[in-house]
Amino acid sequence: MQDNGSVSSTLENIIGTQMNSLFKHATNVDLYSEPINIIHGDTMKKFLKELWLKSIIAFLAVFILIPQVVFSEEIRVLNWKGYGTDEKWAVDIFSSETGIKVVHDYFNSEQEMMTKLRTTPGYYDVVLINSAFTKQVQSEGLISLINSNKINNYSDLSPGMAKNPSLANNGNVYGVAWVWGVTSFAVDSTVFNNLPDTIEVLWDPKYKGKVSVRDDAVEIIQLTAIATGQDINNPSNLDIIREKLIKLKPQIRTYWSSEDQWNQFFSADEFDIATYWSGSASRSKTAFKLPVEFIIPKEGAIGWLDGLSIATDAPNRSGAHKFIDWMIDPKFYVKWDTDVGAPASANAKANSMLPASAFNRAVLGNPVKVSKVQFMGPMPDGLREKMLEIWQEVKAM
Amino acid sequence: MHLILPKKIHISPPLFLTTPAYLWLTLTIFLPLTAMLFFSFLSEAPFGNRDPYLTLENYVSFFQKDFYQDLTWRSLRLGLEVTILCFLIGFPCALVLTRHTSNRWREALFILVILPFWSNALVRIFSWTMILRGKGIIELILNWMNPEYGSFSMMFSHPAILLGLVHSYLPYMILTCYVSLQAIDETLIEAARSLGAGRMMILWKLIIPLSFPGISAGTVLIFVPVVGSFMEPRILGGSEGTFIGTIIEDQFVKVFNWPLGAALSFIMLALVMVILLVAYSISKKWT
Repeated sequence: MQDNGSVSSTLENIIGTQMNSLFKHATNVDLYSEPINIIHGDTMKKFLKELWLKSIIAFLAVFILIPQVVFSEEIRVLNWKGYGTDEKWAVDIFSSETGIKVVHDYFNSEQEMMTKLRTTPGYYDVVLINSAFTKQVQSEGLISLINSNKINNYSDLSPGMAKNPSLANNGNVYGVAWVWGVTSFAVDSTVFNNLPDTIEVLWDPKYKGKVSVRDDAVEIIQLTAIATGQDINNPSNLDIIREKLIKLKPQIRTYWSSEDQWNQFFSADEFDIATYWSGSASRSKTAFKLPVEFIIPKEGAIGWLDGLSIATDAPNRSGAHKFIDWMIDPKFYVKWDTDVGAPASANAKANSMLPASAFNRAVLGNPVKVSKVQFMGPMPDGLREKMLEIWQEVKAM
Repeated sequence: MHLILPKKIHISPPLFLTTPAYLWLTLTIFLPLTAMLFFSFLSEAPFGNRDPYLTLENYVSFFQKDFYQDLTWRSLRLGLEVTILCFLIGFPCALVLTRHTSNRWREALFILVILPFWSNALVRIFSWTMILRGKGIIELILNWMNPEYGSFSMMFSHPAILLGLVHSYLPYMILTCYVSLQAIDETLIEAARSLGAGRMMILWKLIIPLSFPGISAGTVLIFVPVVGSFMEPRILGGSEGTFIGTIIEDQFVKVFNWPLGAALSFIMLALVMVILLVAYSISKKWT
């Protein structure tokens, strides 16, 4: 970034000389002694041709040279859209401190993330992976071992999160615990005078046609498992879940697939209740000023832990380590949660720096509330396929 | 024309001249389709450290699960509904364009018909969401006329899907009908009239049969893509918008079961071809 001034001034010089020579050319034509039509003849054609050529050169210089000169290094991050890593201020701070440019690519489901890693090996550096999927991604050889010594803030992570068996086994770190949160549902607080405390409100006929759920088989089936009192990672009776989901279908107005869409539908009053993620709910409330209340019902909720991993054959491994270090830095996290809204940090130091009233400290820091949360674990492929099938069948009703 | 080629190879000029076109077709249509056909027999998409094997499972699952068949019927019905609506609106439009407008008006109206084609389909559908959704343009207008009206939303319903699809595909019907209506010899109609045929008689016995090629071309151009449509139902249909097209899209972009998506696509392709063949043979008998 320090180079910026000198680069742009060199460019100004280049463009300046071009302009000068252009004008010199133009003034060579004696406007006063020659008849006007000569200017429209060959000289003008030549002048225009040169103008074209030179403006193209200047254009290319501006758009190709600058980024290359200013950022000699870049890292490519694969994440959900609007999920922390792509906050503009955060990327700007990182780039100005390290000189590394951050390029983002996004996914809308874990399957999409894995397909992107499988089909373009050696392209991504940092990838966000839900810890329930880290083992599978690692077993396919899509992510590589992380050197936690290179990450200064690693020692501040809550040991329970950092040593989560999905992320690290026997000191082999494949994912750095980043943030965690809860999947449950959120309601429009202008519709509900008394906030509901049960997940059954999704099935309440009073809200028929005012419910939305994410179009994701695993998520909706795990929530239904909670509603029917089953283990989310190994539901004992899928038939009960199917029956319960069939009853949910007429309640649903539409499905959502991204946070953007959730906020849009909510603003257009398309639903009053919708499944949601705790971090996104706090963003809807803080950054978008929507009357959203996130509910952890008495039946429980889905807990998840997101980790940051480094792709196999990442083009910039050291840049990836630096970026992960910045992502778990309390300085980044506190600003993210206060200004934008975030899930709870896996960095204990960062969480304790939040205001005492913050959702991530007041609710997720409350052992009684959190005791009901069932954390997502790895899942066999067969079970996942069965879930997909049930959800497709319910959607097709 | 005589072509000088190496002595042993004798290629007739027509074949020689059409070769580039066939090569192009092979490259752009046949090869990708063959790849997809191959995919449809695999157990999983061959990426990363996975070893897929050949299987018929994907095709079998279509016939085992009732909901795939339900969705197929629903998609075919949607295709039929949209095609009929497009005909009911598009044919009269084309008729008016050919028979009741003069040069300058015709040009202006033509531009209005073609104009939507100049914008991206996704943009068109998203602009419908602005109009149909709650707190959208219709709701604003209704409340402006009657402040007590309250909320209005047509989003996420079957009529919304029909509206979006008819709007997208109507120009095909108007243009194809226009072409064949224009070719009708005016003297034929005058002759019919002089023999005492009424307006309805002329329409039924003369104009519709003579413009049949245009109508059927429009029908095929609309029916086939609507049966496989996924973007319009997904955006405008919400929980009402699940069709075979959206399920196939899910297989490719959401759950990454490419083989199943490919198998479902080929089943739909076969079905649509059978329907078109049957329709073709019936219409041949009829005309």
